[in-house]
Formats: sequence, structure tokens, C-alpha cells
Amino acid sequence: MVEFALPKNSKISGGKTWPKPAGATETREFRVYRWNPDDGKNPSVDTYYVDTQDCGPMVLDGLIWIKNNIDPSLTFRRSCREGVCGSCAMNIDGQNTLACTRSMHDVKDGAVKINPLPHQPVVKDLIPDLTNFYAQYASVEPWLKTTSPTPQKEWKQSHEDREKLDGLYECILCACCSTSCPSYWWNSERYLGPAALLQANRWVSDSRDEATGERLDNLEDPFRLYRCHTIMNCAKACPKGLNPAEAIAELKLKMVERQI
Amino acid sequence: MSFDESHGSPKGSSMRTPLGRVRNLGAAHSGTSDFWRQRITGVAMTLLMIPVIVIVMMLLGRNQAGAAQILGSLPIAVILLLFIFASAWHMKIGMQVVIEDYIHNEKLKLISIMLNNFFSFAVALASTYAILKLSSGV
Repeated sequence: MVEFALPKNSKISGGKTWPKPAGATETREFRVYRWNPDDGKNPSVDTYYVDTQDCGPMVLDGLIWIKNNIDPSLTFRRSCREGVCGSCAMNIDGQNTLACTRSMHDVKDGAVKINPLPHQPVVKDLIPDLTNFYAQYASVEPWLKTTSPTPQKEWKQSHEDREKLDGLYECILCACCSTSCPSYWWNSERYLGPAALLQANRWVSDSRDEATGERLDNLEDPFRLYRCHTIMNCAKACPKGLNPAEAIAELKLKMVERQI
Repeated sequence: MSFDESHGSPKGSSMRTPLGRVRNLGAAHSGTSDFWRQRITGVAMTLLMIPVIVIVMMLLGRNQAGAAQILGSLPIAVILLLFIFASAWHMKIGMQVVIEDYIHNEKLKLISIMLNNFFSFAVALASTYAILKLSSGV
């Protein structure tokens, strides 16, 4: 059966409360999930106080401030700090999103609660292991596939056909959508998840691609595609405002369209 | 760090590559029929719902002879048979989806899907028999 409770070694116990920064006039409480693979202990939630007068407004700014000023062992991924790379995806106040584009002032009541993306193996602290997620992306073969002779200049596409890729190509593969999806939680070994399926639809919808049927064949499966029950958590979570559920519905429509 | 070493990784993961694990046995090339039939039966049940409620209300408080008289009408019997057919099929597909979602033990899943098929077919057959028996006045 599906595991509804956390495994024993994932149960959160205790946690350290770090002292408030000396001389700070305005602080914000951060409660951050910690887990170290080397100490053999269960995960915990540490409490930090961030000097909001001394750091930027985003949650990522707060985390970087903690790492620089309080606890250098706090581990998280970050790179572009402007919502382009997708590295700093995490669960903030119960919602999967990017720490760099989420203002700590938007987290209303009490502490800013930060956990790694749900239902993924954790490498350390806020870093999830996305190996399976990336393999699923690779499995949809996200590149142009053609058999016609390659044109001398470029594969042409009309403006109308190009517009069909809007809402699909912008995905940054941050995994906020897939890890917010209950179907993905229960069956991530077999269900490709919203992100990979949105990308699959990006290539199925590309007028220049000549492997549309082959791509649909590869997706036509009770688990790979049809585990989506239109729960819509993916659309709610996407920090880029995309709608993976709609992309999946389009894939299903194409599946039906080629049968009737 | 590999997938196998990280915290909370699935038990018994092998040395297969991540892509090998995702591709696994390949696509089943099925699922669209069930998806489409679930929609057809859903729409059919929506359309049949009001006539069926009216028929059930007509049947309320009547004895067997009275019920047999109402079900003797061809359109009424056909509406009820269509409703039974659509709902049993819808129930079978819906329950199978729930089983596939939540039961991960392959043997238990196989048995559950089998029992679900038997149950849905038996309910549909018993209901059909009852309607035919009453509508034929036997």
C-alpha cells in the first residue's frame, strides 16, 4: 500500500533554536528543516532569527543571511536568484515555490517555515535528490526529432505554430509542480509527473517535430500519463504561472483524437 | 551522492541507471480506451440521472405487480438497463484507477483488479436480470 505516514528515519525530532542576532532591531523567525546524512540522526527543524534590516526581502535572501551570519552548515541550492534557474525550489509555508521569488513578507503569520520539496529523497537539509525527476525528463526525449533531410538554413515554423509553444517552453524544471502532485507522490516510479509531461507536450506540439506519433506511443500508458487525475496542485504551485494540468489534458485529447 | 545513498530512497533500488528505471518495461500502449470510456459513461450517467430518479420515484411504494407494470414499458426498461450498464462500467474503471493509485504490491493489485472486474460484472448482470424479469412480467 501507499505509505501515508513518514518512514521512521524521516520523522522530525527536536531542533535547535539559534540565538537572536545581537543588536538587531527587526527580526523574522525562520524554521528550517535540517538533515545531515553523516550524523545518523533523524531530521529536525532549527529556528533562526534573521535581521531583516540587514538582508534582502526574499526568502532566499534570508537563507543566505543565515548561512553567512549564523550557521554556515545550512545547505540549499541556489544560483540565479531571479526565478530563471529553478535551483532554489523548496516548500515555503506549505507551498512549493522558488525561494528567490517568494518574499518573506508574503508569508503572513508567524515564522517562515521551510522544508525541502515534498516526497523526494533528501540529500542534505533543503536539497532533494531529483535524479528520478531528471531521468523522467530525459525519457520524453526533449529535443527536435526529424527524418527529413536537414534544411540548409533552419527548420521553419509559422508564427501561429510558434504561439502553440507559449505556456510550455517557459518551464525551468524546478520540480515544484511534480513534487506537489499526490499522484506523483504515490507513483513517482511509474508516473512521469506534471513537469515531464508538460515538456512532452511541448515537443508533441512543435510543428517542426516529425516524431509526434512516436512520442504519443511512448506516453500512452495507464501509469506514465493516465495517473493524472486533474488535481491541479501543479498549476497552483508553478512559480512561472504555467499550467501543466492543461498540457496533460491536451496530451490526453491528442490520444483520443488519434483513436476516433 | 547517488539516488541509492540519499535519505528516504526507495527500498531495494537496484544498480540500474535512472533512465533504465524510468523506461522500465516500456509504455503499455493502452489506457486511452479506459480514459475515453470513463468519459462516455460519465456523460451517459449525467443524461440518464434525471429519468432514472423519476422512474425510481414512480416505483416508490408500489408492490411487485405495480413495479412490473411500470417496467413493462420498453422505454423505461431501456433507460434503466442503460443506466445499469453505464454505471457498472464507470464503477469498474473508477475502482481500478483507485486500486492502481494506492496498491503497490503487485500480487495484491492483480487480485484486487480481478475481484473488481468480477464484482462489477456480477452487479451489472444481477441488476439486468432483475429488470428483465420484472419487465417481462414473469
